[in-house]
Amino acid sequence: MNNALFSLGHLYILAGFVLAFVAVTTALDRRHPRRFGSALFWGFYALVFLVGDLLPPAWIGGGVVAMAVLAGLRRVAPGMHEAPSLADYVARARRLGNKLFLPALAIPGVAVVAALLAKQASVGGVGLLDKGNPTLAAVGMASVVALALACWLTRETPVQGLREARRLVDAMGWALVLPQLLAMLGLVFSDAGVGKAVAWVATHYIAMDVRFVAVAVYVLGMALFTIIMGNGFAAFPVMTGGVGVPVLVGMFHANPASMAAIGMFSGYCGTLMTPMAANFNIVPAALLELPDKNAVIRAQWPTAVSILAANVFLLYFLLPRP
Amino acid sequence: MAPDVSLWPLLGVAVIIAGFVLRFNPMIVVIAAAITTAVIAKYDTVHTLTVIGTGFLKTRNLTLALILPLATIGLLERHGLRQHAQAWIRRFRNASVGQLLIVYLGARELLAAVGLTALGGHVQMVRPLIAPMTEGAAEARHGPLPDRIRHRLRAMAASADNVGLFFGEDIFVAFGAIVLITTFLHEAGIDVEPLHVALWGIPTAVVAFVVHAWRLHRIDAALARELGRATPPADDAPAASNGAAA
Repeated sequence: MNNALFSLGHLYILAGFVLAFVAVTTALDRRHPRRFGSALFWGFYALVFLVGDLLPPAWIGGGVVAMAVLAGLRRVAPGMHEAPSLADYVARARRLGNKLFLPALAIPGVAVVAALLAKQASVGGVGLLDKGNPTLAAVGMASVVALALACWLTRETPVQGLREARRLVDAMGWALVLPQLLAMLGLVFSDAGVGKAVAWVATHYIAMDVRFVAVAVYVLGMALFTIIMGNGFAAFPVMTGGVGVPVLVGMFHANPASMAAIGMFSGYCGTLMTPMAANFNIVPAALLELPDKNAVIRAQWPTAVSILAANVFLLYFLLPRP
Repeated sequence: MAPDVSLWPLLGVAVIIAGFVLRFNPMIVVIAAAITTAVIAKYDTVHTLTVIGTGFLKTRNLTLALILPLATIGLLERHGLRQHAQAWIRRFRNASVGQLLIVYLGARELLAAVGLTALGGHVQMVRPLIAPMTEGAAEARHGPLPDRIRHRLRAMAASADNVGLFFGEDIFVAFGAIVLITTFLHEAGIDVEPLHVALWGIPTAVVAFVVHAWRLHRIDAALARELGRATPPADDAPAASNGAAA
């Protein structure tokens, strides 16, 4: 079934290749301030993508712990990159002008067209996009197409593209790995029954027979649980199973569709406020080269709190009157 | 009353919170929380490493969309994409930071609501295009920006992407969240139409847009207050002659 041209398996190898390039060039970079730690870090991460499925999971676990130790001991750092002056950049920008936008916009553009049209398409009897995750496969395919376009336009080689990718990987540093680590932690948490414990605390210490309190517990619990787990999808079954269905639907006859929709959105408010949702909050801070890693969360929390308050009243007034 | 479930797993949550509050390296904090949770669950060393390794392997898809566009974006940046995006926005002489980000927020939310979530993202859109345009629009009105303001503008650009994506995608019927909701409720003995769940998301999606758009709109006034009044948008005239008159 995953036998497509742009299957996730193929895209993992592509990403592993980019990371392997980062690792090897780092290892060969004599001017690098943290040459070996960084090379080891990216080298192991490359292996996870290239041959992860062939290694025993315990080895990968050991490697992940080693990566965390390297990052924690500050052994992972960016290399020295040639930095053209601002005047150089402006002069280069003049040369290509608006054409520079084309490959940048080709990434989302091609991804959307591919995701819409290519579901049925096949190349020589093999599907084009991974059936399991066509959206992600489409972004992967679009990246390849856009890179070709960018190379043609700028008359650069794909190797220069890899060097630039290394510059950006260096800018993000270990923050690039954080989303995966946190998602792993979410799996460990739910395995160990953290959700059940939180739901028990929420339902046993609060007066759930008061309508407004029950609504507030559900909405704010979704947000709080998402802040802890980093993911609304992990919070939803716990809070809806613990509070939503038995109390809001069972006792107060809430409309299940509106309750679930508002509950899920309350979880998303939590996502806006937590460093645990690293790919939305911490990675962009690193990518935008912000000194404060929580700057994006600081920009978002007033919005998130306002939406949560609106959700509490919305759900409360949608309950049928007794 | 005695709990009928074990509360010990909450210790892992405590480790996370303590680690973030004490500002340890997040990678160390996460690994420490995973190991704490595994010790409480009485996993042995090999089992612990297996759980960590399996989880890490299973979630590779999260990083894929971050890594693959980097070569293209980096190459274009080398040829001045960010500088060009800054210069390009100055052509729209009246474009303010607030207006620009509100348009992006609205477009991102509407496109996500019809399932086009790939149109946007921090690697593909915010770093190379939206953040530089935001800075360019601010510079065109207020002159050179101090780093503190520049960083705040970038963070607001990232927030527009997140808010638009989150509150748009959940009113798209075929999105995973809606599938999760209907499947979960079905198992709890309640059948709901996916379309109803999507429609009931619309009030919150509208609130999210209004609240965040209002906050983005207020950036313009904050910039004017902190950086002095807006200079007349004239990019050719020497800046010094305008500064005093304003």
